[in-house]
Amino acid sequence: MSTYALELSNVTKSFGKTAIIRGVNLAVSKGERVAVIGPNGAGKSTLFNLISGRFEPTSGSIKLHGDEIIGKRPYEISRRGLARSFQITNIFSRLSVFENLRCAALYASGQKYSFWKPLSKLNELNDRTEALMASIELKRRRDVPASLLTYSEQRALEVGITIAGGGDVILLDEPTAGMSHSETDRFVHLIRTVTMGKTLLTVEHDMGVVFGLADRIAVLVYGEVIAFDTPDKVRADPKVQEAYLGAVLDAEHVPGLAGAHV
Amino acid sequence: MTNPTTSSLRPLHFKPLNGVRIVVWSLFALVLIILPLAAHSSFALTLLCLTGIAAIACMSYNMLLGQAGMLSFGHAVYTGLGTFVAIHTMNKIVGGWPLPMWLVPMVGGFAGLGFGALLGFVTTRKAGTPFSMITLGVGELVFAAALMFPEFFGGEAGINSNRTGGTGWLHDLGLTFGPQIQVYYLIAIYLFICTAAMYAFTMTPLGRIANAVRDNAERAEFIGYDTRWVRYLIVMASSFFAGIAGGLTALNVEAATADLLHGVRSGGYLLFTFLGGVGFFFGPIIGSVLLIFSLVVLSEYTKAWQLYVGIVFLIMVVYAPGGFSALLMLNLRRIKYGEWRKMRWPYAGMVFFGLIALWGIAAIVEMAYQIQVAAGSGSALTIAGIPLDASSSSSWAVAIAVMIVGGAAFEYWRRKFAKVWSDGEERIAEAIKKAEAAIV
Repeated sequence: MSTYALELSNVTKSFGKTAIIRGVNLAVSKGERVAVIGPNGAGKSTLFNLISGRFEPTSGSIKLHGDEIIGKRPYEISRRGLARSFQITNIFSRLSVFENLRCAALYASGQKYSFWKPLSKLNELNDRTEALMASIELKRRRDVPASLLTYSEQRALEVGITIAGGGDVILLDEPTAGMSHSETDRFVHLIRTVTMGKTLLTVEHDMGVVFGLADRIAVLVYGEVIAFDTPDKVRADPKVQEAYLGAVLDAEHVPGLAGAHV
Repeated sequence: MTNPTTSSLRPLHFKPLNGVRIVVWSLFALVLIILPLAAHSSFALTLLCLTGIAAIACMSYNMLLGQAGMLSFGHAVYTGLGTFVAIHTMNKIVGGWPLPMWLVPMVGGFAGLGFGALLGFVTTRKAGTPFSMITLGVGELVFAAALMFPEFFGGEAGINSNRTGGTGWLHDLGLTFGPQIQVYYLIAIYLFICTAAMYAFTMTPLGRIANAVRDNAERAEFIGYDTRWVRYLIVMASSFFAGIAGGLTALNVEAATADLLHGVRSGGYLLFTFLGGVGFFFGPIIGSVLLIFSLVVLSEYTKAWQLYVGIVFLIMVVYAPGGFSALLMLNLRRIKYGEWRKMRWPYAGMVFFGLIALWGIAAIVEMAYQIQVAAGSGSALTIAGIPLDASSSSSWAVAIAVMIVGGAAFEYWRRKFAKVWSDGEERIAEAIKKAEAAIV
């Protein structure tokens, strides 16, 4: 039995004749923080969709805590402790911030489909939801419908919904996409705090975020992982330099990178 | 204009204290108790009975539409099948079954639940538009089946029964359901309990997850919920209450015919639930009052009642998709923020000229109907006490002129109103923002 939190072997995915994921191998240990980077169209989001059960891989194996999860529905995978966020904000628009978070915690709290207990009596769940709401800094917006939040508030809620269920493997798909620099810095700190002790995979474009957050970096290029190592080694890897990172490192992000990599 | 209590105010989200809740429910019970005392005719009592039953049916429909976002075109299947099972049960009771008559609606409820479990298994396989289509198909199928099995459905004539049969000590004490007033109070008790139960349901984990599935079914799967199972459970719960409404219908009219299952009836539940408003729990109750008013009262006054209902429905869909309950709540919010007084005159102007324009429209519609549909009965008619003649051009000229002038004046006041309304909306948004900032 493998001890990896998440283990992908030879995962492929084709849409029609187009191969998007072409044999990905990735083994993530418990508690590790992994950033998945790569150029646009490399298949990063597709990879997340395969892991979380949104799409089914064409071939290969995906193991969560050693159990095969291919062919399982998203809700079955979620119940096994894998939670994900979405690149395009995917929240419960008419429910309040509080209800969004409480719903996300509901199944894992053991309530499942129950209809014989009022929500207001579930004190432990409610307290936990309030605490989570405070930790993602949305307490002020408690009863506001999610659709009326600002963009960065919605991004925070997106992450909040993802972690509310207590999953121990967290997939964040471009959590800081579209945020300003100051917002991003705050948000990375937030992510770091709320995912403490959990296995984290994140797709990210902002190299400052990547080098600041990740223990290891997986570089995905044309559906293949060409490097999977510590930030320093990935940066020094000539293959990565050539395929992707060189171009980015030459660009404006270098000073930010030096600052973020403490 | 800030007042210190605004920090507890929330936009369109009234969270009454328990005390307020007790008052609201006590008032509801009180109204149910005293309403028949205000009903001076047997016709009025009949209306109350029909409205009570329709309220349960519309609220059960809103479990699907408002709570879970499931647009069903076949809700009458569950109310109707509940009625048929109940009517057969009544006949068995008359034949000697030792079941008290007052439990017949429960039999209808369990029949609804059973058919919900059976048919819902098929309909809930899909969400969204496919779900609607499947319910439409199932509705047609059940209606066709009703005509194919006259042994159970009674064919064209339907099935009759007698609610005064039965035994038991309550029956011996005089609860025979002979007098309509006894049926009314039974309906009132069922209405109160069903309303409370359905309201409580909205506050449970399953009820809340139904909202989540409505808002975003995909995300619901990623927080651990099998959305198909959620839909299935909601359909069963909704069918149970629909079946109770059906069972009460059996007791109330002592007959069941196949048109109870027809798509027109399903469409009625949809239309009037929407008019009442799907966004608030009490919306469907308003809808049920409108339903019975249109179906029974308005249709007495005019043959063109469906046309008026259609016009109102169109206007509401376009201008007030939240239905009458949302209009009510928006105005309550105005009062809460002290914004209502500014709207008095615009409102008065709109109502006054709206009624004048309505008279013009009604005159045109009724004269057209008089000529086209009821030509045999002459061309004279009165609209709101004013005599008109459908064959005289002066009557038409007056009607058209009144409609245009009234309509123009209405539009003038509507624009004024819109201005006042949006100004108030801004001030309320401001107040909410301030209240939010005060929460640390």
